[in-house]
Amino acid sequence: MIYSVSPLAIILFVIFVLFVLGISFYFANKTKSSAGYYAAGGTIHWAVNGVAFAGDYLSAASFLGICGMIAFSGYDGFLYSIGYLAGWVVALFVVAEPLKRMGKYTFADALDSTFNSKGIQLAAAVSTLIVSICYLIPQMVGAGDLVTPLLGMPHWVGVILVGGIVIFIVATAGMTSTTYVQFIKGGLLIIFSTILTFYLIGNGLAKKPSPNYHEFKSIPAVVSGGSVTAIDSPDYKLAGEFEKKGLRFVKLEKAGINSWWKLNGKDDAFTLEEVLSKTVAADGATLYNGEPQKAGKFYQVGHIAKLVKDGQEVDKVEGLDPFSYISTIEKSEIVSFVQLPVPIEDGGDLVTVWYQKTTPGNAIMRPGLKFKVDTGATPWSKLNFISLMLALFFGTAALPHILIRYYTVPSARDARKSTIVAIAAIGFFYILTLYMGLGAMTNGVLDVESSNMSAPLLAKYFGVGLFSIISAIAFATVLGTVSGLIVASSGAVAHDLMDRFFNLKLTDKGKVKAGKIAAVFVGAVAIVLGILFKGMNVSFLVGWAFSVAASANLPAILMLLFWKKTTAKGIAYSILVGIVSSLTIILLSPEMYEKYGVDPATAPIPLSNPGIISIPLSFLTLIVVSLLTKKKETANAVKK
Amino acid sequence: MLHGEAAKLEKDEAIALKTKIGLILFGVYSLIYTGFIVINTLTPRAMGAQVFLGLNLAVVYGFGLIFLAIIMGVVYNHVCTKLEDKMNKPSAPGDKESNKTEVGK
Repeated sequence: MIYSVSPLAIILFVIFVLFVLGISFYFANKTKSSAGYYAAGGTIHWAVNGVAFAGDYLSAASFLGICGMIAFSGYDGFLYSIGYLAGWVVALFVVAEPLKRMGKYTFADALDSTFNSKGIQLAAAVSTLIVSICYLIPQMVGAGDLVTPLLGMPHWVGVILVGGIVIFIVATAGMTSTTYVQFIKGGLLIIFSTILTFYLIGNGLAKKPSPNYHEFKSIPAVVSGGSVTAIDSPDYKLAGEFEKKGLRFVKLEKAGINSWWKLNGKDDAFTLEEVLSKTVAADGATLYNGEPQKAGKFYQVGHIAKLVKDGQEVDKVEGLDPFSYISTIEKSEIVSFVQLPVPIEDGGDLVTVWYQKTTPGNAIMRPGLKFKVDTGATPWSKLNFISLMLALFFGTAALPHILIRYYTVPSARDARKSTIVAIAAIGFFYILTLYMGLGAMTNGVLDVESSNMSAPLLAKYFGVGLFSIISAIAFATVLGTVSGLIVASSGAVAHDLMDRFFNLKLTDKGKVKAGKIAAVFVGAVAIVLGILFKGMNVSFLVGWAFSVAASANLPAILMLLFWKKTTAKGIAYSILVGIVSSLTIILLSPEMYEKYGVDPATAPIPLSNPGIISIPLSFLTLIVVSLLTKKKETANAVKK
Repeated sequence: MLHGEAAKLEKDEAIALKTKIGLILFGVYSLIYTGFIVINTLTPRAMGAQVFLGLNLAVVYGFGLIFLAIIMGVVYNHVCTKLEDKMNKPSAPGDKESNKTEVGK
């Protein structure tokens, strides 16, 4: 952590939380029926619902994750924005109106509308829970990431705080309070992201982003016999040399403080280039660039090495418009800081280093930095990319917490209109993510330890006031999305499982009570998982939720709508196969192997995004099982 | 026992036509999105070519997909609303109530 707590941010955050709790109290007395609790009585205006859709959908992954990914990986992060938005086309043109006509409270209702099948009720409820949990994890991780700079508390406190507030919101007034929290949050997020982008473009681009931006030093070095033997600086003394992953790093000592440098060059011209380092000693003590954290030596980074405007190299460019802002970056060269994948072992110390890497703007503004589709690409890596884009496209219309919002409006026409409002609001926001991400990349604000903090830290560049507002909104972003996810999950447990699958014959009041208890339980699970998954990029994890949703739910929805031979068993089995296959591929993926502490190269499946296998598999299962069970189900229907 | 909707819905004679239009628009958008993925996957460097106002193909295509979704959505809604108003017009004053479908518990 390299930033200090802002009192204004705390005040804004407390005001927002009190406001949200006030809304929940206000609606609590009005939410007595199950229709009110699970679907806000189906009375929400389409425009409010549309913005609430945006508030629901623009999660921590969208705001924190995508901006962070663009800031660290350029255009590849923006591909998430494009994929997430494109998915709404499926929702609008194919799913919105039929789902509204078929369902009541949950996505399972719609699938089961013509069958009354225990298999569908169980499979759809399980799918809702798994997808929602997958989606909940990154939201909670994002909450923990935010609360550290905002309130100066540890990550786990942030997770518990968000979990507690959201449980309260949902357990008091269900979908009604959730809708208005999402509406306010969605509106604020778009307004203040626009303001931030306006500031950013107006500020222009400069090689030195701010007067106090740290100038990373270079020291000429003499290399003899493959080792550094002397350096051209009287202040520093050589204290060690290490090789890791084909790169050479040198430890220098000055006035009792160690610093780390990367050896660059060849033949007779060598230089040592200053890097960022974090040293964890055997006793757990942590030093940032050789000093304790409070010394403030762990700098925020990211700057332009070569700024080109109209073919001329310049130090600063002003008066840019939204197009020339991007085109100027395309023609310039950017310095980012890349983490060495494995720490350097220095005696008993583990040293993580981030070294400078200069990348041409035209490489940043096209695919290839994160996704292996260009240099170093393999057929598997390309397939992995296609698989991700497929899951993003088909995942949106299969997310249970999004689908339940179709039941909060009075009519199918309203469902359609609210989807269009959502597309406009979300699409506009996603365009802003490109600017915010690039702004964070070039304005010396990045915290190399947390890509998720890129957007709030960019806001801090323009003043503590904007930082406080953006941080409070980012926190609200998490609250809004988590509320929606917990409503969806509690509906799956109380309505789909307890009321319909187990046929507990709950009274209307009992259904509301069961929903509230389920909300508390799911919220507690989300808290635990949010703490366990600390440190992962939130957008990356949401990609998994989309994969599971696209694999488990979308084939069932589409085939139910457009293939008359679809049977209840076909739907149930396709959901289960979609869940199992997508989760299996994810759990055996190189990314998860890395998480387990095992060499990613030994992962049995080289795909991290399962959609390209699991989506067709789920479709195939539905077709085969439906054809095999068609006659039996028809006969049973005739007997009844 | 089957469930009903959260809100009672009016009968809609335009469903079939709206579905057809929706599927056509979905098909068109899917093709354009597929083209985007194909270029990104097979010839990612082509995405670096400058095409419009100094912006490269990657940015123009990406922004284009976002704007296209919004435009197609607005057009779709306009057409659907027209169809609903035309095809669901009550035959005589007061008939609207009789069109309501009683679905529910």
